[in-house]
Amino acid sequence: MTPALVCEKVHKSFGKLNVLNGIDLSLDEHEVVCLIGASGSGKSTLLRCINLLEPIDSGRITVAGRTVTARGVDVNEVRKGIGIVFQAFNLFPHMSVLKNVTLAPRKVMGMSRSDAEHEAMRLLEQFGLADKRDEYPDRLSGGQQQRVAIVRALATKPQLMLFDEVTSALDPELVAEVLGVIRGLAHGGMTMLIATHEMGFARDVASRVCFLDAGVLLEQGPPEQFFSDPKEERTRQFLQRIIEAGRL
Amino acid sequence: MDEDDKGAGRGSLILGGAARNVSVAMVSTIVVFSTLALVVVNSAGWAKVKTTFFNPHQFHTYAWPVAHAFVLNIKIAVVAELVILVLALALAVLRSLPGPVFFPIRAMAIVYTDLFRGVPTILLVYLFGFGVPALALSHVPNSPTYLATVALIMVYTAYVSEVYRSGIESVHPSQDAAARSLGLSRWQAMKTVILPQAVRRVIPPLLNDFIGLQKDTALISVLGVVEALQQANLASEAEFNYTPYVIAGLFFVAITIPQARLTDWLINRDRGRQMAGGRM
Repeated sequence: MTPALVCEKVHKSFGKLNVLNGIDLSLDEHEVVCLIGASGSGKSTLLRCINLLEPIDSGRITVAGRTVTARGVDVNEVRKGIGIVFQAFNLFPHMSVLKNVTLAPRKVMGMSRSDAEHEAMRLLEQFGLADKRDEYPDRLSGGQQQRVAIVRALATKPQLMLFDEVTSALDPELVAEVLGVIRGLAHGGMTMLIATHEMGFARDVASRVCFLDAGVLLEQGPPEQFFSDPKEERTRQFLQRIIEAGRL
Repeated sequence: MDEDDKGAGRGSLILGGAARNVSVAMVSTIVVFSTLALVVVNSAGWAKVKTTFFNPHQFHTYAWPVAHAFVLNIKIAVVAELVILVLALALAVLRSLPGPVFFPIRAMAIVYTDLFRGVPTILLVYLFGFGVPALALSHVPNSPTYLATVALIMVYTAYVSEVYRSGIESVHPSQDAAARSLGLSRWQAMKTVILPQAVRRVIPPLLNDFIGLQKDTALISVLGVVEALQQANLASEAEFNYTPYVIAGLFFVAITIPQARLTDWLINRDRGRQMAGGRM
């Protein structure tokens, strides 16, 4: 079976700062992989590189058997197949919820307005947002905004979803509703790469947990083993700090 | 703070809106303006100023001719504004193109803006109005009205493109990232996500520049075109009285006020729509 995503020796630096130092990572279809690590360890940058929002310096990224970092690849075509959800939601403030969700299906996939709206309503209903269709983002709670952002990313029917610390900007009581949505997607078999600080969530939904440290994928394994018996000293230190902060 | 406060607060003249505040505002306004009026009317030279600047007979005689000439100012302003809206937007978009490939285009846009924003408008009106006909080109119209309008368009396109550009740059890069991540092309992201937000934000400074442009249509008088100022000029020279200038001034002020209120209304409507659930 062709892996859903393969990163090979991915390097990325901003000026003199090496953010990614040769990342090797592979995701099978329907796999849910959580990326954990301290801020600045390169989680966000890796996700942005996979979505081609940042060009990589060297290495190779393959999505569903297709090398997306090669020259001459149609980036818009690639991005259509990869959904990304950001920490700060990044909804379009001048558009209603429905317009936010139907923009890409109409402009990128060439769907008619009525088809796009029909499909968008189906998704909004599925995620309990149907009554918000005409609201503007400013009027929604953070949790609702993030759920709309997830629906917007799903609207182009991606085969791979990337989540970039999507609950970090939320009030604590709103975290659960967003994690619930991601859980639902995991049960539905969506292939997902999730950068997160929510260790309990990672332990629950991840089929594999990867620890990123200073741009290196230091350790990975199934969550039971990873959280109870990490091999690397750095991982142990990181988890210790998380436990001390009461987050695990 | 509840929603009503947000809606009423920033746009209205009288904050709070309580009856007591209104009466306090009225009383203080009346006191200030009556004092000013008394000072002016009781000054030594008031009688003379009144006959030379505010002569009712002159008003009566020249209000209509100046109004008639003012139509040309309005026509020039409207045509120029429509052209500028398009040209300036194109210039701003060109200037925001990223990457080394587009450097020559960016450089040209920068040179254009620096040049035409720097040169005094009246100088450019002279240059075009007298210089172009002197070249005796066969297919270029020599009408001073036309040439002066072109000069105004060139100057104000430089200004307005800077206004647009500040608007484009005020939209956070994460908006572009979100649009591009959905598969929209650079141009689609610009058109559907960046520009609509940018243009909304720059409506007030845009109006500012357009009011400047409307006043600068008076510069066409230096080419001898009979617009409002030139008409006032002719009348004033014939009558040895400055009242026609005051008339012309009043017309210029009169057209800016509704535009200012329109902008306030547009901004409030937009805020209301984004804050209040969006049913239009």
